Amino acid sequence: MGFIDVLQSIIPPAMFFAAPLIFTALGGVFSERSGVVNIGLEGLMVMGAFVGIVFNLAFGETFGAATPWISILVAMVISSVFSIVHAVASVSFRADQVVSGVAINFLALGLGVFLTKQWYGKGQTDMVDYPFYTIDFPILADIPILGRLFFQNMYLTSYLAIALAFVGWYILYKTPFGLRLRSVGEHPMAADTNGINVYAMRYIAVMISGALGGLGGSVFALTIALNFSSSTIVGQGFMSLAAVIFGKWHPLGAMGAALFFGLAQSLSVISSGVPLLENVPQVYLLIAPYVLTILALAGFIGRAEAPKANGEPYIKGSR
Amino acid sequence: MKKQRFLILFVVLLAFGMILSACGSSEEEGSNGGSNDENGEENASENEEGTDGEQAEAGGDFSAAMVTDVGGIDDKSFNQSAWEGLQSFGENNGLEEKTGYDYAQSQSDADYLSNLNRLVRQNFNLIYGIGFKLKDAVDTVAGQNPETNFAIVDDVVEQPNVASITFKEHEGSFLAGVAAAMKTESDKLGFVGGIESDLIKKFETGFRAGAKSVNPNIEIDVQYAGAFDAPDKGKIIASNMYGQGIDVIYHASGATGNGVFAQAKDIKKNNPDQNVWVIGVDRDQNEEGAIGDTNVTLTSMVKRVDVAVEQVATQAMNGEFPGGEKLEFGLKDDGVGVARSNKEALTEDIISAIEEWKEKIVNGDLKVPSTRDDLETYINSL
Repeated sequence: MGFIDVLQSIIPPAMFFAAPLIFTALGGVFSERSGVVNIGLEGLMVMGAFVGIVFNLAFGETFGAATPWISILVAMVISSVFSIVHAVASVSFRADQVVSGVAINFLALGLGVFLTKQWYGKGQTDMVDYPFYTIDFPILADIPILGRLFFQNMYLTSYLAIALAFVGWYILYKTPFGLRLRSVGEHPMAADTNGINVYAMRYIAVMISGALGGLGGSVFALTIALNFSSSTIVGQGFMSLAAVIFGKWHPLGAMGAALFFGLAQSLSVISSGVPLLENVPQVYLLIAPYVLTILALAGFIGRAEAPKANGEPYIKGSR
Repeated sequence: MKKQRFLILFVVLLAFGMILSACGSSEEEGSNGGSNDENGEENASENEEGTDGEQAEAGGDFSAAMVTDVGGIDDKSFNQSAWEGLQSFGENNGLEEKTGYDYAQSQSDADYLSNLNRLVRQNFNLIYGIGFKLKDAVDTVAGQNPETNFAIVDDVVEQPNVASITFKEHEGSFLAGVAAAMKTESDKLGFVGGIESDLIKKFETGFRAGAKSVNPNIEIDVQYAGAFDAPDKGKIIASNMYGQGIDVIYHASGATGNGVFAQAKDIKKNNPDQNVWVIGVDRDQNEEGAIGDTNVTLTSMVKRVDVAVEQVATQAMNGEFPGGEKLEFGLKDDGVGVARSNKEALTEDIISAIEEWKEKIVNGDLKVPSTRDDLETYINSL
């Protein structure tokens, strides 16, 4: 295989693998930047996948080709509402944020599987008739080499993921809203003194993470799994969490980390056909993302510094 | 104040949980009730005929029950198939549901022991554990209740009162390999496995042997995803395989295979003329391959758990329970086979080739290899 051929068989799969992780990791960044640890990303993805599939199955005939897009919007809204449970518990009631996140994970999976049994009378839904399909990007696909690598056989959702990462970066670092959100996560008391409503900011951040988590879950379901069962989302949420940390709580970092995970997965699959890699046992490529995340946490790859008030409930008036 | 809020939150969560679980069980009963009604009616009519005849007596006081794994009775796979076998056994012998034949649903791994014990206490003569996950539970309960007969599906428990039901997956996979080799235009096939275990290697070797038997020059790319629940990896592998010109992929990888179907359908959607096929596993996966008017599912390697369950129950009823034995259901007993629902894709040539090879296996002229070492010898002998 020539070098370009190798790249061509690595990049598109890496992109569709990474897209759901990017969405969800962005959600994680928003939540954690505001000071709320979100272990519940997995559960939010489950909810998104469930809603995306159910909506697609129920309204596929009505909306036709637009169905997958409407499905992911609905999944965003419902997951966002669902994430309020986490916000209420961890912001208003100051519950342990990790415990509340774990509760979200259990609740979402239980609810999804339970409702699937109720509505469809079996352990898994049928496959959807209107998933996302890959496309060749018009005009750009004809660029020599680059077109083949980045604009053929791609899902539009992959581009959306990358675009959203930049939007997320802009919002967090270039707007007053982003500054407030970050200040609430670094030093809530100082923010409060300056007239920022800490609780409101954290609620908003958690709901944004709910929406993005739901988006990630529904995109995963509608591009890769095509149905919903208890084994649709298994660990993608935690991988996204790893991407948040590996990416140092930065939107673009998280995106880079997610893309890197996708690349590693893709490489591990095709390694047998690539000259240099065929001697590397597949298992090393498979564990590479996780090893690197641990190294990042241990401080080997620059300092991974969490927002200072991450995980601490804010109590007005306390010192 | 702080503590109180905590308490309130806790109470609310608990209440929510209880409401949910309450819904769960009542609904469960509700749906059971529904199916009871249906079966009840069928049974009633069966019994009306039966009372005049001898059928009602034939069953005597024999009873059989099964414990599902977490997949549930309606999983469109193992558990459902086993339950269909048990139902058909019950109906053929005039047994009544609940007393003559019944099932216990497991919600989690922790339920296996208690479900088995409950059925033992209800005095069922034969109790099935469906799926390898129940191996340890069946082993324990069978040791404690030597008077009751047990059967485990898809694994082996060495106890005098346990029959182990396994399948010759390599024989069914051999036929899948034949179908794939007949269908391919590029002479390149792919195999996607779940976890690289002895069980899945049986699928792999059977498939490879079948394909090589038709055409020794065929190349087969074998990849393991390392999980049965990773559709994303399945999709990457499929994308890579189809990209290399492979046109038929046989997956033995549970939900990981969803990714294979997703990739095949995506290719088919963008390029309807391209030759892409998937071979399903365990049950007929024709539905999964449907896209528009065509279907990418060439065939499926089907495990007939229902046939095995019914046969063992019948043996037990006649006092010939194969306790302590390891039963292997193959092509000969209709325990495995290939689905033929995609009439368009399975041309007459392919069907007749399948029949031809099946005959050889059933006659005993051909012994399908089930390990990689045997496969080596087999391929060299071609």
